[in-house]
Amino acid sequence: MNLWLVLAVNSITFGGLLFLLSAGFSLIFGLMRIPNLTHGSLFMVGAYIGATFVLGIRGFQMNIWLAAILATITVAALGALAERLLLRRLPGDQLAQVLVTLGLSFMAADLCLIIWGGDPISVPTPAELEGFVRLGVLVFPAYRLAIIVIAAVFAVGLWLLLERTRLGAMIRAGVDDPDMARVVGIRVSQLFTIVFALGAGLAAFAGIIGGPILTVYPGLDQDMLPLALVVVILGGTGSLLGSFVGSIIIGFIYNFGQALLPELAYFVLFLPMLLVLLLRPQGLFGRHVP
Amino acid sequence: MTTRFLALFVAFAVLLTVPQWMPGIYYVNVASQILFYAIFALGLNVLVGYAGLVSLGHAGLFGVTAYAVGYMLQLGLGHPAAILIALLISLVSVAIFAALSLRSTGIGFIMITLALGEILWGLAYRWISLTGGDNGLSLKTRPEPFGYSLSDVNTFYYATLIIFLLSLAATAVFVRSPFGAALMGTRDQPRRMNALGYHVWAIRFYACMFSGLLTSVSAVLFVYYTQFISPQTLALTASAEVLLMVISGGAGTLLGPIVGATLVVVVKTVVSGFIERWNFLLGAIFVAIVILMPDGLVPGSARLWRMIWRKSPSGAGKVPSSVGAKP
Repeated sequence: MNLWLVLAVNSITFGGLLFLLSAGFSLIFGLMRIPNLTHGSLFMVGAYIGATFVLGIRGFQMNIWLAAILATITVAALGALAERLLLRRLPGDQLAQVLVTLGLSFMAADLCLIIWGGDPISVPTPAELEGFVRLGVLVFPAYRLAIIVIAAVFAVGLWLLLERTRLGAMIRAGVDDPDMARVVGIRVSQLFTIVFALGAGLAAFAGIIGGPILTVYPGLDQDMLPLALVVVILGGTGSLLGSFVGSIIIGFIYNFGQALLPELAYFVLFLPMLLVLLLRPQGLFGRHVP
Repeated sequence: MTTRFLALFVAFAVLLTVPQWMPGIYYVNVASQILFYAIFALGLNVLVGYAGLVSLGHAGLFGVTAYAVGYMLQLGLGHPAAILIALLISLVSVAIFAALSLRSTGIGFIMITLALGEILWGLAYRWISLTGGDNGLSLKTRPEPFGYSLSDVNTFYYATLIIFLLSLAATAVFVRSPFGAALMGTRDQPRRMNALGYHVWAIRFYACMFSGLLTSVSAVLFVYYTQFISPQTLALTASAEVLLMVISGGAGTLLGPIVGATLVVVVKTVVSGFIERWNFLLGAIFVAIVILMPDGLVPGSARLWRMIWRKSPSGAGKVPSSVGAKP
């Protein structure tokens, strides 16, 4: 009985991380119409940079939250740079853009291997969140609950950003109809950079706060990218609600699959995606077919 | 026309005499690798170049065949039976793969093939009782068709060469047939083709099947060449490598994938002698080619050639703006 509960908590935690990862992926897809294949790499680079800050450079150690903020800003800047310098050179050519992101992801993976080596790095859980929280008769690990709370806060924040601000209205307009958005005077190309940086930052942030649970290792990017892809195909592109629901579903399937069917865990993970593709190609909450 | 014939003849003579003029066994092996990767690239090119469908999951299909051969041999089947059953299993897999990914085109097709490729990779990696997991499967022997043992390096080269030439001829016939023309029609104007009464989906499906067949054939050669198969063969990197072969050489040309396969195999073999960082280089070449030479080496050089030899009176040296090549 207790096993199920632990699994459920782990699933929601993992779903929270996936939401942070895939929300950016989904927004970039919605606006720029490309799957950003560097998204796994951004997650991993964020995790590595964050881990370096936390473990300390030359004896100077950093609080995980400060490290998270710094690494997020760094990776967001990197993302904006990649969009400005490379993707911008291929306007409207989505295939070429996808291939560029693919090339970049290989370069990033190899650079990480050069800089941080092949050994996994484990990030310590922040001291104030070690231990457990008691809710009645049930006991939960504090850090996992913290991740759930953080993901929920970000979900609300992103929703407010998209639904209640001018920038959000412009992004939504760009997602719905980029040409029309241009006609009414929205600089869609500027939105591209903003959304790309935002998505990169969110992915990196997920990487850092996921560090204590997942550990940081080469190949983390290849593990996370397909998950983001599945979440977005499942939930629908450009839809925040879609990423949210998709992340929770995938979080559950991932954890329960690992526990119950370890040999076929990966296969089970992709089943809902196949079902959605067959029955509802635009995704659960998407508006157009990719 | 005669120059083309002469060039073909020279190329054929060069290929036929590789074991005679190559300085050692090592290089003959590299030549075999180039040939079977060229078959793989030809197969992917049918989709990427002629159907306009970019697949990032072809290494998964390649792996299905390779694992099937390995597994059938482990069950104790003979080589011909193992190869035949493996090809059958592969064609069924390709049909499923195509039926799922053809739900969409363009970017959607890329995403679905990528996801399917990852599923196959995940199965190879995790389904340990079937695939041996990270340890992979080993093949003990190579087959001996008509009494010629393929364990001999030169014999293996010639066997690969024969299959390569057959595949090339098949692809040439396929592309130049009315069906090939219809396929290119669905690439450029799917709606008009539909209005003209063509079954666009079926045309794409058959193109997938043909592409999958070439992929499986090259995978059989691959698995007998290395006599080993591991999940690494199915990784996204492997799919990207073949795609790089197609795109760097020139998608939608017959010669392009062959040039691309030569380039990638040679660079990979030469570079891995000096540094371990092949993936970084792969990524860098990818980015550079997509941005600087988006239509690949073969069309790029052909354009250069025409520019030099045909001094057109108006706008000499003006490169026709190609897809995405904006300054």
